[in-house]
Amino acid sequence: MSLALTRDQHLEIYYYMQLNRRLEERMERLFRQNKIVGGLYSSLGQEAVSVGAAYALEPRDWLAPMIRNIGALLVKGVKPRDIFTQHMAKSTSPTQGKDGTSHFSDLKTHHIVSPISMLGDLIPVMTGVALAGRYLGQKIVAMTWIGDGGSSTGAFHEGMSLAAAQRAPLVVVLENNQWAYSTPVARQVPLRDLADRAKAYGILSKIVDGNDVVAVYDAAKAAVEDCRAGRGPVLLEAKTMRMKGHAQHDAAEYVPRAMVDYWKPRDPLALFEKYLSEHKLWDAHRKSEIDERIDRELEEDQKFAEASPFPPPELAEQGVYCDGCHTIKAEWRRPKAEVMPPASNTEAVWKVEDFGAPVAVQRAAKPAAASGSHTSHPPKQAAAALAASKPVGKVAEKPAAPPAAEADVSSAPALRVPFGRGPKDKSFRQQQPPPPDHRNKRGRR
Amino acid sequence: MPAVTMLEAIREALFEEMERDPAVVALGEDIGVYGGAFKATEGLLAKFGPERVMDTPVSETAIVGAACGMSYLGLRPIAEMQFMDFIACCFNQITNFAAKSHYLWGAPVPMVVRGPSGGGVHGGPFHSQSPEMYFVHTPGLKVVCPSTPSDAKGLLKSAVRDNNPVLFFEHKYLYRRVKEEVPEGDYTVPIGKAVVRRAGTDLTIISYAAMAHTSLEAAEQLSREGIEAEVIDLRTLLPLDRDAILASVKKTNKLLVVHEDARTGGIAGEIAAIVCQEAFENLDAPVMRVTGLDTPIPYAPSLEERFLPNAEKVAAAARELAKY
Repeated sequence: MSLALTRDQHLEIYYYMQLNRRLEERMERLFRQNKIVGGLYSSLGQEAVSVGAAYALEPRDWLAPMIRNIGALLVKGVKPRDIFTQHMAKSTSPTQGKDGTSHFSDLKTHHIVSPISMLGDLIPVMTGVALAGRYLGQKIVAMTWIGDGGSSTGAFHEGMSLAAAQRAPLVVVLENNQWAYSTPVARQVPLRDLADRAKAYGILSKIVDGNDVVAVYDAAKAAVEDCRAGRGPVLLEAKTMRMKGHAQHDAAEYVPRAMVDYWKPRDPLALFEKYLSEHKLWDAHRKSEIDERIDRELEEDQKFAEASPFPPPELAEQGVYCDGCHTIKAEWRRPKAEVMPPASNTEAVWKVEDFGAPVAVQRAAKPAAASGSHTSHPPKQAAAALAASKPVGKVAEKPAAPPAAEADVSSAPALRVPFGRGPKDKSFRQQQPPPPDHRNKRGRR
Repeated sequence: MPAVTMLEAIREALFEEMERDPAVVALGEDIGVYGGAFKATEGLLAKFGPERVMDTPVSETAIVGAACGMSYLGLRPIAEMQFMDFIACCFNQITNFAAKSHYLWGAPVPMVVRGPSGGGVHGGPFHSQSPEMYFVHTPGLKVVCPSTPSDAKGLLKSAVRDNNPVLFFEHKYLYRRVKEEVPEGDYTVPIGKAVVRRAGTDLTIISYAAMAHTSLEAAEQLSREGIEAEVIDLRTLLPLDRDAILASVKKTNKLLVVHEDARTGGIAGEIAAIVCQEAFENLDAPVMRVTGLDTPIPYAPSLEERFLPNAEKVAAAARELAKY
């Protein structure tokens, strides 16, 4: 058993995993009854990745789920009724029927950011959440999930790069469920372990058995603590298996039978139940107590969702802009004076250690200042270059006379604008043909 | 008050907003130590420090995505695109995430994405574009295109204080070419309000950004020929000031729309549709437009001149219109 968890916490984890499983079983029945409006994506077999990772977060931490992380939402405090109503597009849903599935936010209470269907976009967004939290002194960690498929997007790489450069307190759980819709991992990436992507970003990473909820929790907890200690971001690869198709419509015939047979006995819920019994953390009575509570809660919430109406049509026209309907207020946990002048004053120069570029190279690079690769300047030269550019600016503000053709161009000051001014002789304007067809072709009335 | 350039006015707005509110932060490529490709953010880092003025990797999606995330915690980030052409790199983050966040999830995104756009400076096809219309077609965004230093400053302040994602297109041709005194003290210019730059009775010319100046230049030429054009500067493309457009057309009965963005799908088409539907009986002539060509914006000065509208082209179209 995990030393970090008490008996009650073990049982709470079981509660969330079983709640996740039975909630989705009910939704599958609702889908067959045509009561689910859109698609239904199953997280069967992946519950441990959602529940175990989210359980490592504090209430003040922020979380953004993907489509198969309903378990994470439940752990963060979302009620099953919100999941039912979202899928059934009811007016009582968190988005009032404007969006479905796990696509909803709760910024104020549970600190949840909605995903969008375009994969990877949450990585930069949650990087921003992590950076803002640090800036405000909130000591929070941001956590999000990405699939094996989504880890090939540009947004994923851009977000990871920025998070790494800023050492953002961000935990990215790479949920490797072997399949991106119908494409197996081996056809996407020539890597055995997707966690290896972390090497390219220069960040911490770990691989964990995604079907062992205690292992996922322990790894996530360590990652969260690394982030809180300033060692983030962390990429955590959880190896698991998607046990259904991409969505309800997909029978997943492309998955080899042997693969399913391999993973079936590795069901995370069955494994955890066995684990709880082996470690004498519960008995049959305790289990049935929890199961009965789950069924009771789900029955109540499902009835609520089924009885809820669809949103009124006029809602479609409302809420495009925030016209003061939301109060936007940052929650400061550090003195504001620290980020205001004079405390915030700094020397605007890069400090580049252990590097010396030949002076000749710098001179040659100078006219291309617009591309601005200052990392190649040792501090002194950079400061000198900056100082030298100051008076130039004032001259360049007025359209200065272009240097004569025979002037020594190499000694000319760098332009303050990225572009040249073009030829002084504007005679080509006179050769301009008549203006393009703005005339009414029918002629005048 | 000494006259300032549009660039200086924008810089003033950035400084003043960051001084006013510690929730305002800036991020972008080369905006810190270097001060931005056009020096719009020069001095910001020295004053406000690296926590508030962040030099980022070359990752437009990460810049805008991070700005979204920051805004969720109550910050008011200002993201710079080194050139607005590069906004195409983070199209998804803006149109699918930021724009829809409030409507779908009730999660406002008080973010500004600002940067230089527009042609006339020989920047070539990837440094001269006017990509504003991609975003005017996206509900949830606000699209601002100022043409004067005092508008740029007041509108940028409004954008920072707005609870919605505002895309702020700074026309780079105007950065150092227009100078004027800006009002003293803290002031804002409302987003979504057009302004009549020149009153006239014979026809209306609607434009924005650099083309507002081109239209005024044309109007002066026309005035010498006895044609009095009313020139409207839209200032904001989304939301569009329909009232100002219709009021002027109902007065002059003739409309010419000028923009340097490509013709097909430009704002002129939308304005023409509004006017035809709402003021058809007031029109004495077809709605005309002088616009950029339906081509990429080319590099050579002779080609770029051909692409861009100028005062002669605008005046020629206006003369045709006036004959009706």
